[in-house]
Amino acid sequence: MEGERRPLLEVRNIVKRFGGLVAVNRVSMEVYPGEVVGLLGDNGAGKSTLIKVISGVYRPDEGQIFFEGREVRITSPMDAIRLGIETIYQDLALAENLNVYSNIFLGREKLKKLFNLIPVLDHEYMMQESKKVLDRLGIEIPSLRNKIKTLSGGQRQSVAISRSIYWNAKLLIMDEPTAALGVTEQRKVLNLVKTLSAQGVAIIIISHQLYDVFQVAHRLVVLRRGEKVGERLTHETNPDEIVSLIVGAELVEGGQRG
Amino acid sequence: MERVMGGQKEWLYRLGRAWVAFFLLGEIVVFSIIGTGFFSARNFQNILVAATTILLLAAGETFVIITGGIDLSVGFVMGLACVVSAKIMVMLQAASVSQGLSILLGCASALLFGLLPGLVNGALVAKLRVPPFIATFGMYGVAYGLSEILCNNVPISGLPPLVGFIGNGYLLYYLPGKALTFFSPPQGIGRADIRAMIPLFPNVFVFSIIAVAIFGFILARTQFGQHIYAIGGNIDAARRAGIPVEKHLIRVYMISSFFAAMGGVMYTLRFVTGRADAGAARMLDSVVAVVIGGASLYGGTGSMVGSIIGTLIIAMLETGMVNLGLPTYNKYVYVGIILVLAVLVDQFFPEFVRKGE
Repeated sequence: MEGERRPLLEVRNIVKRFGGLVAVNRVSMEVYPGEVVGLLGDNGAGKSTLIKVISGVYRPDEGQIFFEGREVRITSPMDAIRLGIETIYQDLALAENLNVYSNIFLGREKLKKLFNLIPVLDHEYMMQESKKVLDRLGIEIPSLRNKIKTLSGGQRQSVAISRSIYWNAKLLIMDEPTAALGVTEQRKVLNLVKTLSAQGVAIIIISHQLYDVFQVAHRLVVLRRGEKVGERLTHETNPDEIVSLIVGAELVEGGQRG
Repeated sequence: MERVMGGQKEWLYRLGRAWVAFFLLGEIVVFSIIGTGFFSARNFQNILVAATTILLLAAGETFVIITGGIDLSVGFVMGLACVVSAKIMVMLQAASVSQGLSILLGCASALLFGLLPGLVNGALVAKLRVPPFIATFGMYGVAYGLSEILCNNVPISGLPPLVGFIGNGYLLYYLPGKALTFFSPPQGIGRADIRAMIPLFPNVFVFSIIAVAIFGFILARTQFGQHIYAIGGNIDAARRAGIPVEKHLIRVYMISSFFAAMGGVMYTLRFVTGRADAGAARMLDSVVAVVIGGASLYGGTGSMVGSIIGTLIIAMLETGMVNLGLPTYNKYVYVGIILVLAVLVDQFFPEFVRKGE
């Protein structure tokens, strides 16, 4: 995957402190275009903090962030979105009372002129464009005129993802995307991750479900107590090794996981 | 399994959306049967006139309620605008300005002045995060007190006579088979003809419905309208999508108070007086009209067409009771009960009212 290519995102020696606590300590990592990186670690390992630094929620105390080869300063979530870094939140940030295409175009509605004079919403255009992006990502939703509140958790997530893709997100950050979903829906979301990756979208995925991460990720980055303790290509490692990195033991007794 | 709506339940949702229309029809049928002369052109005009105040207040309230707020001040902002318009007309007339110009300036300045309470309400809600209930309840008191101060606790009288001519006039006067004129009855007609004459479209209703139609269009078709729904649906999502939530909220409260002021001006035109309590009990009517019209007090839903139907339901109830010889205060019992029932339905069967397209 890496080869000669330039990383899409590179963070170097990121440090984030909260008072005396060092939540993230000199962590560096890269994400290449189309690559799925699994970010793993126990609770409190610093995954969420690192993600929030990348998505502009927190500002790092030290370190640099490069996006598409240029050093960038991400001071707010809006900055991150403008660069093409979108975080798919668990509460999804959709307006449940609006329909699918209205959410995809939320805040960036397409207008047309009525009688060449009055700007009004162009529903037909927004619907067709939304249909295109959903088709491209292989997402099935009965009708784009359905309100979000009539959709399932997985469908809502797909809408949120489609919205960021339509608006040219280059890097998606997904925090526990399969939590709170049924088995069928989990599989759909993982398929969607593969589709996105095949279309060149980079993804950072945080999940406690090792089995899910092994299915979709190309590379795994393991954090422990704020530090990066390992980085493996998925096809060169196995869940046992990753678990031992996560918990910090040289050897763990084999058994059930994932 | 995915939560797609079941086919056999769909008719229930359709009915849920249309029940108010059926209720309105039912009212017409019932009052027509048990009342006297209820089903007549003249009486329906009376209903429209009675509906004017509720319609205007409800139109503004629709915007506020869709954002998930409420404007309790509309009744007394209406009174304030009523007093202001009357006072300015009287003052200008005393300064021997022509009747027409006095009326025009009186109405215009009251409407302009009416934006002020909304600006304050909106700023309190949007910028200082005061709950809408509190901010507008404060304005309720302020507006009432101010208007009583302005008129020294006495209704303002001595307005130009033309005021009543406009306020109680009709757009069209139709004398079957003989004449059709705009704005004033045909000249030189006999007593019998006056009885036979059918006035059509009360002026105050025409002014009001034009304003309501314009804002209904804004709500349903424009980007601003869409953003209002988004704010009511998920204010955080709206912010995250870059929607200027604070600005929009201020505009919404200004729209509400503009409509309240318009209600006050229409009252002045109809009753040729300026009263601080012109709209006192009308806030309840307007909120109920909006809620009957399908809006949720939790925000995110509602429509102008719905609010118009809700308004007609209440106005018809009011006129129907008068027709039956019952005092209008009976109406408030029903209106109050309807409000609480609508909210209960909303709370326990949200899919019933907030479903579909």
